[in-house]
Amino acid sequence: MRGVDLTVARGEIVTLIGPNGSGKSTTARTAIGILAPSEGTVRRRTDLVVGYVPQKLTIDWTLPLAVRRLMTLTGSYPGDAIEAALAAVGITHLADRQVQHLSGGEFQRALLARAMVRKPDLLILDEPVQGVDFSGEIALYDLIKQIRNDTGCGILLISHDLHVVMAETDTVICLNGHVCCRGTPQAVAESPEYLQLFGARAAATLAVYNHHHDHTHLPDGRVRHADGSVTEHCHPGDGHHGHTHDHPHGEGHDDAAPHGAKGQGHA
Amino acid sequence: MTPRRMARKGRDMLDDFFTRAILAGVGLALAVGPLGCFIVWRRMAYFGDTMAHSALLGVALSLLFDINLMAGVFFVAVAVSVALIVLQRGRSLSTDALLGILSHSTLAIGLVLVAFMSWVRVDLMGFLFGDILAVSRADIGFIWAGGAIVLAGIWALWRPLLAATVNAELAEAEGMRPERARFAFMLLMALVIAIAMKIVGILLITSLLIIPAAAARRFAPTPEAMAVLASLIGVAAVVAGLYGSLSFDTPSGPSIVVAALLLFLVGQIPALGPKEPST
Repeated sequence: MRGVDLTVARGEIVTLIGPNGSGKSTTARTAIGILAPSEGTVRRRTDLVVGYVPQKLTIDWTLPLAVRRLMTLTGSYPGDAIEAALAAVGITHLADRQVQHLSGGEFQRALLARAMVRKPDLLILDEPVQGVDFSGEIALYDLIKQIRNDTGCGILLISHDLHVVMAETDTVICLNGHVCCRGTPQAVAESPEYLQLFGARAAATLAVYNHHHDHTHLPDGRVRHADGSVTEHCHPGDGHHGHTHDHPHGEGHDDAAPHGAKGQGHA
Repeated sequence: MTPRRMARKGRDMLDDFFTRAILAGVGLALAVGPLGCFIVWRRMAYFGDTMAHSALLGVALSLLFDINLMAGVFFVAVAVSVALIVLQRGRSLSTDALLGILSHSTLAIGLVLVAFMSWVRVDLMGFLFGDILAVSRADIGFIWAGGAIVLAGIWALWRPLLAATVNAELAEAEGMRPERARFAFMLLMALVIAIAMKIVGILLITSLLIIPAAAARRFAPTPEAMAVLASLIGVAAVVAGLYGSLSFDTPSGPSIVVAALLLFLVGQIPALGPKEPST
């Protein structure tokens, strides 16, 4: 890794993308101080609180660990803060479930809630949508955006999944041992360096996920609207929507860009 | 005739060697429950075995240099775990193979050294399989003091150890020191081996850590509950094993392990357990 320069400010989402072994995780680990840089400097705000969602987390089945206990893994938090974090990611109903029994999407939400309960200044998300199906991916990206909007924390997101890059990302940094290119998601997708690194085929399947819809489907079946309210269902005419849509719930939403490789269609 | 009735009948001839054995065994079982849980959660059974096997080398060196047995065993166990960490950094062999080499070579070197020392009479069986009925008052003191240190250590390290068990990077990213906790854990493990050797013997030490923890798993809703339950199951195994050993005139260390195994097996009966949650 050489010549990498990045900052994450409060309320900013920075996404690192790049092929396997391109140094995304190394960069993130250096940023939070797990690794010391052999050259260069890292500056962190004093008393920076970091929330971390690690990559590939498997918990041995011999460890009895319910979601609620997972929340206090690295610190003690009052009960209402835990409930609030679980509610924010929509898994209140799973609080007493053993983590080994959660689905991929539920587990990622539990990990997000665990990181959130710390009230972090900086949230590090290492491949937060792995093991999650496509509609779940979109819901998770919505949630991440929502977290940023609600808490104002900075987010450093790592992804090798080129299919969906959040449009809310302020800066995309494409790594391959060095900074290959950087900029807004749209700018990176169109840059020649990016095309060269991933090839035209990969670039063609890249979807910059524009966030056009206005509500989130929580795993317990309820719906969270852009105005922050939560209802049992959503209807085009219920006053929560700025536009209408006609897709079934649980499906992907109407996006400006094509979804590409995974080929998820719309109703 | 139940062991209990037989024990009562033979109380006069018990003297207090049996009371001493119970005290020593219960002290050890209480101390190792939480440690055993971490061994199970972190899949370190073979690592524990390797440290335990190195105890015979510790015994041999203690006899050779005429130092306290428990101290010798403790230092050799620490040295072996440090050697493992250094060798792991070399990345030439898998951890599994390294453990196999360290485990059996330390045991073999210990046996060879003992054979060379013709001037000391060594009760090899006592070291390998334990001799709990021969524990002295001083041994009990060491076991309870050592056990108290182990429990206090686990208490202090609980949060970082548990966080690192779930994910070492997560623990480190959120301001913990998993490496330091891991090293402290190895010191506690070495201490347990030093105090446990006399009770169940070098070859059976890890079973006293693993079997009660494994038996506790099904009935524990939280990590903390599992640690407490493992200690209690260990105590039950020690008491049952010692009474069994007295009734059936069987070796005490292996009897304790058999009792632990029986408790584990009873706990596996589906009707006894909590309902398995559906996925």
